[in-house]
Amino acid sequence: MSWDISGYEKWTWDEIPLGAMTLEGGTGVEHKTGDWRVKRPVWDKEKCKNCLFCWVYCPDNCCEAKDETMVGIDYEHCKGCGVCAQVCPFDAIHMMGEKDARAEEEGEH
Amino acid sequence: MAENNIKVMAASGDQMVAEAFRQANPDVLPVYPITPQTIIVEEFDRFVAEGRIHTEFVPVESEHSAMAAAIGASAAGARTITATASQGLAYMWEELYVAAGMRLPIVMANANRALSAPINIHGDHSDIMGCRDSGWIMLFAENAQEAYDDTLISFRVAEHPDVMLPVATTLDGFITSHALDRAELMDDEVVAKFVGEYKPERSLLDTDDPVSYGMFANLGNFYMENKLAQRKAMDASMKVLQEVGDEWEQISGRPFEMVKTFGMEDAERVIVVIGSSIGNARHVARILRERGEKVGVVGLRVFRPFPAEQLVNALKGAKAVAILDRTESFGGEGGPLWAETVAALTKAGVDVPCRNYIYGLGGADVTVELLEGIYEDLKELPAQAAKHEIPAVAYRGNRS
Repeated sequence: MSWDISGYEKWTWDEIPLGAMTLEGGTGVEHKTGDWRVKRPVWDKEKCKNCLFCWVYCPDNCCEAKDETMVGIDYEHCKGCGVCAQVCPFDAIHMMGEKDARAEEEGEH
Repeated sequence: MAENNIKVMAASGDQMVAEAFRQANPDVLPVYPITPQTIIVEEFDRFVAEGRIHTEFVPVESEHSAMAAAIGASAAGARTITATASQGLAYMWEELYVAAGMRLPIVMANANRALSAPINIHGDHSDIMGCRDSGWIMLFAENAQEAYDDTLISFRVAEHPDVMLPVATTLDGFITSHALDRAELMDDEVVAKFVGEYKPERSLLDTDDPVSYGMFANLGNFYMENKLAQRKAMDASMKVLQEVGDEWEQISGRPFEMVKTFGMEDAERVIVVIGSSIGNARHVARILRERGEKVGVVGLRVFRPFPAEQLVNALKGAKAVAILDRTESFGGEGGPLWAETVAALTKAGVDVPCRNYIYGLGGADVTVELLEGIYEDLKELPAQAAKHEIPAVAYRGNRS
């Protein structure tokens, strides 16, 4: 359904949806939770055999696959739990400090 | 009174609740058995086994799961019931707040029972009064008939668009849950018409129109607004309760009074009490009034929302009031009924001396002598109040 949330910051008790409902699905995509991360998983495409263990085990659907092939990690939502790195049988994912990773990224740009 | 095929039953309160549940035709009943509520689910299970009703009966592994399943079923749009008591209700604790916060119109019967330790299976209000702040509407039946009537009324109130709150319809363990009583069972079709069909506005299972319930509301993010909405709904439920109760009176001939009075036309010494002991107090007051004593009883049938206005009106002419709590609030000035009553009187500016008694814990006998003793105490109360020497909360019925 279409849900008009314009001006929601000013909603009063009788304007909010009953029972703290959200009247649409899939809103988690809009909620960027990746900045909670302390360590990030770094995926090595060369070592990856596309077993997709990480895809199965990730508790937050952040190991992204397409056509049965691993394509990358969703850093906007990954919280850095490290399960993917733990379950990978091929050492294709290693955890890296978020601070170092960001410094490295900035160096590249 | 409407045309009605009334069946007069010799039944326990639990049986009458089971009959009311059957007649309300719920969709889902997740439940775990616990004394003294067990008869309710045993009876209901029998109705299901006999094919008299097609409710989804879910025998879960604990009360925590029972309420969790009830929350899920209700959010999915099902008319949902459950029943519990004592430790079971305590085990549901966190879920009770979830049900209320998500505004789910679950109807739950509670056979009021003591809490451990020491272990005790008998009636008092320790369990139900403990969850008085959880956001559930709370009804207290005096007898099997009220347990039946309250249960039917509960569905209409819970599912009313101005309310949308869970309701705990309660009866005192063993005294009301198990003792055989005379009660009238109304015709199935008449009840079905009264209770009506639950038409939820939304369903968690509607994939074409998806919703999430009870969404994250952190720092300043609508948590206060959601709680205020619950308070407003609880306030609104007062009017709805009376309207639905009055409608039920038209059908049953039995009035729904949130505050029941006896002898209050001239009573000076008054006992305020809730639950099955209202009957005991009325019995004793009748004996004393026959001897010319000006005593009375004010009994509550509803505790949440608290019927402050009716209670204050009933007590306006009183000279001394005893408030009886069948539960403890250790370290407090008194029990929950005491606290609410005194607050209501103070707010209304009614200056009448009150004192608090704790009685009947763990099913301790509520005798004629006990209640006579309290009426006797009240003779001294106005003089004690004048000297600012109202006695502290006192136990009655214990070995002293």
